Amino acid sequence: MNKREFLTDAVLFFPAASLVATLASKAAGKELSAETTTGYDPSLHWYGMGIDVDKCIGCNRCVEACKAENDVPTEPYFFRTWVERYTIRNNGETTVECISTKPGPAKQAAPEDPSVVRTFFVPKLCNQCANPPCVQVCPVGATFQTKDGVVLVDEKRCIGCRYCIQACPYGARYLNPHTRTAEKCTFCYHRVTKGLQPACVEVCPTEARIFGDLNKLSDRLVRFQRANEISVLKPDLNTAPKVRYAQLDGEVR
Amino acid sequence: MSAPMPQALYEQLASQLSQVIGFIYPNEVETHWSILIVIYPYLTGIVAGAFILASLVKVFNVVEVQPIYRLALLTALAFMLVAPIPLQLHLGHPERAYEIFMTPQPTSAMAMFGFVYMWYLLGILLIEVWFEYRQQMIVMANRGRGLMSRIYAALSLYSKDISPQALAFDKRASKFVTIVGIPSAFLLHGYVGFIFGSVKANPWWGSVLMPIVFLMSAIVSGIAMVMLVYVLLSLVRNEKLDMRCLDKVGLFLLVAIIVDFALEALDYIHRLYQSEESIKILGQLVSSKLFTSLVIMQVLIGMLLPLLLLVLVRSQRVNAELRKLLYFTAALLIQLGILSMRWNVVIGGQLYSKSFRGLMAYKMELTGIESLATAVVLLTAPFVILTVLLNLLPTQHAEQRTAPT
Repeated sequence: MNKREFLTDAVLFFPAASLVATLASKAAGKELSAETTTGYDPSLHWYGMGIDVDKCIGCNRCVEACKAENDVPTEPYFFRTWVERYTIRNNGETTVECISTKPGPAKQAAPEDPSVVRTFFVPKLCNQCANPPCVQVCPVGATFQTKDGVVLVDEKRCIGCRYCIQACPYGARYLNPHTRTAEKCTFCYHRVTKGLQPACVEVCPTEARIFGDLNKLSDRLVRFQRANEISVLKPDLNTAPKVRYAQLDGEVR
Repeated sequence: MSAPMPQALYEQLASQLSQVIGFIYPNEVETHWSILIVIYPYLTGIVAGAFILASLVKVFNVVEVQPIYRLALLTALAFMLVAPIPLQLHLGHPERAYEIFMTPQPTSAMAMFGFVYMWYLLGILLIEVWFEYRQQMIVMANRGRGLMSRIYAALSLYSKDISPQALAFDKRASKFVTIVGIPSAFLLHGYVGFIFGSVKANPWWGSVLMPIVFLMSAIVSGIAMVMLVYVLLSLVRNEKLDMRCLDKVGLFLLVAIIVDFALEALDYIHRLYQSEESIKILGQLVSSKLFTSLVIMQVLIGMLLPLLLLVLVRSQRVNAELRKLLYFTAALLIQLGILSMRWNVVIGGQLYSKSFRGLMAYKMELTGIESLATAVVLLTAPFVILTVLLNLLPTQHAEQRTAPT
């Protein structure tokens, strides 16, 4: 072997050998649990959110914070959370509007109008169902439920068939026009696993949103559930939502 | 990443938003399943229906239908080859479609698609066509040395045996495949109905009758399509139609359309009588957005009128020429009706809000991937494929061909 041959062989040998070594270690390696890598154990938690309807003032800050935090397209067709305004009149007529399609705070519907019996705001978001229809229908398993009870979408696996969007009874999902994959509220999973609050909860000026761990008896959310009459949206569909509403009017769907 | 500029989408959404009536959830402005998802069940329905018609000959020994047996098989094959294309084009990430085979989610009806489709195409249709044509392909391969004979030799998978025993085996195998094929055809289209029928979030779709209604309408559309092609073919080739065959197919079509009508009527009566929470908004949907496509196109022109024509044909005084015309008209109207039915299910289910408080709009694009233009191309493609297939694989047996007609 002359010097030239030795050098060409060496140029080929080292990258090839390192590739084989990497593949071998990958093949032998076990998946590290989240706990050993980050110190966070998802199986200890079961997240939910409480919404105190009476406290919501329709300021839309949660919607803006959510869009900023999660790169949600700013166009008014894509929302991970939004706020609805209900106006119930004395003839039984109910008007509903989404106040989040325009930026900035919304007013209550003409409180001086004597025909208005009740008017209130209802924040909406993915209900993080314990029995999620979206997870059931995903053909490739891109939508899944984590051990701590959050429904997430793997954007690297989603094929964009939109079956999950059809299956969601709450209209909580959209197709991101840039990534062409389905998206929805993640409870700000990247924040909560670090012990932070979801962005919408963090910015709410009236504490109308309470994020917490349903596994812990001492948790604020559990106490909120004890102290209030709680309902969920569309209970007849048996989706078992983990977003729990207090003082929710029967008109809200 | 195959991300087109969303500007066109935003314009479409702005236009759809301006036509919203009442309250809808803000994410509901976009129509997620477009015209392509309308033609997908239309195409697979024809596959299932044409195959069931073919099976009448093989399994149930309906001799009158024998002349169109091969035509029905090839029609099924031609539509089958096009059926998955609209789904593929509709995906946000078409390049990831293989994941449906690699990591299917067992709870998802849609995940079954890949397997049902592959089974039906490779396990049933191609095998049946191959056994049916094996002898003829060998004969044609032996006729000369040109390119065509080599193609036939390849298509026959280089088999050479045309002894009576081998032909008897072909016959038995073909019958066996058909017997397995009938439940497979039911599965193929029943599951398409299940994809819609199992969505509990959407009461317009979520009905236990949906798979059965899809199946029955599939049989109707498949039989009508074969009838249409048979009449057209006789005009093009200037051949005489077998009126006994046509009358028999017409009878099956009449029975199928009556059952289909009864099922759909039952579905509507059941909904009206149960009068659940969604009934008000669904009533508004039918009487406004879907009135033309459902009441007029699907029910009156696409179902009751052809039903009337098919009953009329059965009266003794109608001569052969007029019968031919009536059958042709009825079959054509049925295609319109079934296509409207697919539209009313797929698009209709996306025109009302799941809050039951408002109606959306769907503005179909004329050009682009998910557009009318693509739909027209995809609806034409099976006929192009069928023309090629018919030239390659004659519908008449070799012995019939040599005899003067």
